[in-house]
Amino acid sequence: MTAYLEIDNVSVVFKARGKSFVAVRDVDIKVEQGEFVTIIGHSGCGKSTVLNVIAGLVEPARGGAVLAGREIDGPSPERAVVFQNHSLLPWLTAYGNVHLAVQRVFGSLESKAQLADRTHAALALVGLTHAKDKRPNEISGGMKQRVGIARALAMEPKVLLMDEPFGALDALTRANLQDALMDIQAKSRSTVVMITHDVDEAVLLSDRVVMMTNGPAATVGEVLDIDLPRPRHRLPLATDPRYHALRADILRFLHERQGHPVAA
Amino acid sequence: MPSRLKLVRDNQNETLPDAGPANDAGPRPVPALMLPAAPSRAAAIARSSLAAVLPPLIGVSALILIWALVARGSDYLPGPGSTLTSAIELFSDPFYSRGPNDQGIGWNLLASLARVAKGFGMAALIGIPLGFVLGRFTKINAAFQPIVSLLRPVSPLAWLPIGLAVFQAANPAAVFTIFICSIWPMLLNTALGVASVPQDYLNVARVLRLSEWTVFTRILLPASIPYVLTGAKLALGIAWLSIVASEMLTGGVGIGFWLWDEWNNLNMEHILIAIVVIGVVGLAIEQGMNLIARRFDYRSN
Repeated sequence: MTAYLEIDNVSVVFKARGKSFVAVRDVDIKVEQGEFVTIIGHSGCGKSTVLNVIAGLVEPARGGAVLAGREIDGPSPERAVVFQNHSLLPWLTAYGNVHLAVQRVFGSLESKAQLADRTHAALALVGLTHAKDKRPNEISGGMKQRVGIARALAMEPKVLLMDEPFGALDALTRANLQDALMDIQAKSRSTVVMITHDVDEAVLLSDRVVMMTNGPAATVGEVLDIDLPRPRHRLPLATDPRYHALRADILRFLHERQGHPVAA
Repeated sequence: MPSRLKLVRDNQNETLPDAGPANDAGPRPVPALMLPAAPSRAAAIARSSLAAVLPPLIGVSALILIWALVARGSDYLPGPGSTLTSAIELFSDPFYSRGPNDQGIGWNLLASLARVAKGFGMAALIGIPLGFVLGRFTKINAAFQPIVSLLRPVSPLAWLPIGLAVFQAANPAAVFTIFICSIWPMLLNTALGVASVPQDYLNVARVLRLSEWTVFTRILLPASIPYVLTGAKLALGIAWLSIVASEMLTGGVGIGFWLWDEWNNLNMEHILIAIVVIGVVGLAIEQGMNLIARRFDYRSN
């Protein structure tokens, strides 16, 4: 039986200055529908490369990825990406940014009013109805990232890909957005693959954590099931021994078994 | 620190109406707040504008002083006084016309501006779209790059004989010169703007699978407009530099020809006036372009 999203024996080779080097090697990840999987590892270990393979932005040298029975062949709105640096178009308002995606995905099927409804609904989902007419440079980093999430969710993707979406935010804003994301995912039952280097974030949000070894030629080191019951709340978890045990597992992998990469 | 002292006093005045609202039937905080604040604010504005105006004023005055001193000991350089008299006379009737070779300075200026507008307009019509193509498609860019690199550093005046040969007339040759010299900055800047659109925006376009046309209208065009306008500004600057020189060679009506004509008449006052007029118009063109650039730059509004 095959999983909903299957990354099968993927290797990626990059060419730089005439030399080629293997970024990731033999990566196997299976994600079930509605599952929240994070990929964690030291910086430079090729986490984002794996995500870009799923997004279709990077073509693997060997292996491939299959989503819902169809081989991934190039980017597509069915695999929406929330980029690390939000990647909002600065000349469009929050509404405009979301609407661009909505129009592209549903424009040929639905009326203008329906498209506007979808855009409003996506902005409401991330709590940004009040800022819909603001441009990216008029809102905070956390709000920009919310718009990015709204844009991705508005496409109703089969899988939501998040590339360190909260990495550039301060700790309080990040916590706030993590809670919002858990709420949204509980409601929408989206399948999510998220890249992070934050151990707490991985444990709090995920059903499973995929831990990657150091690059070059990084691969999957271990996979950890996070069997904490949902809904999860950060305050009770802060004193929960199971939470700490899981956290310690990941830390052990990252610091004992993988150590610090040379170029960190 | 007089300004800081003023500020403290203003604050004290502001608190007064709030302190005793019970005594007053209708709260009238505005006059109480404005009256003492207004003079000090006006004084502050006056002081800061004086500080902004004073240094350039001193600079210009110094230049005029040196000019006057040099002119005193020179046989050919007229002083500021006689130049000013001459300028007043000249600008009292800028639009007279006595035959093709004797027209007011206003007509000459307008003729030059019209040539620049024509040449620059055609260069924009061709250069900007071509720049988009070069910026977007690396193969085409590679094909054009050697041609552009070779032709860009050529002085605009070197094209004048070719213009004269092709068009057999002075006026289109001058316009052609302007066209050639102003196309490069627009072409190169537009290509640079398109090529330096952040990969993130293009990734968004790829994930959304936007059509090439949508990528152009929704992403490339707005992202590169600041570059395009910078290119246009540079192009206009070069065009204005070149028109004076090419008009000296082609003759007819135009500020460059007028300047040369006054040299033949040995009217040094008029040459100095022409230099100032050319400078002022060039400055005005640049400032106008800055205004337009600010208006259309997504980063500024």
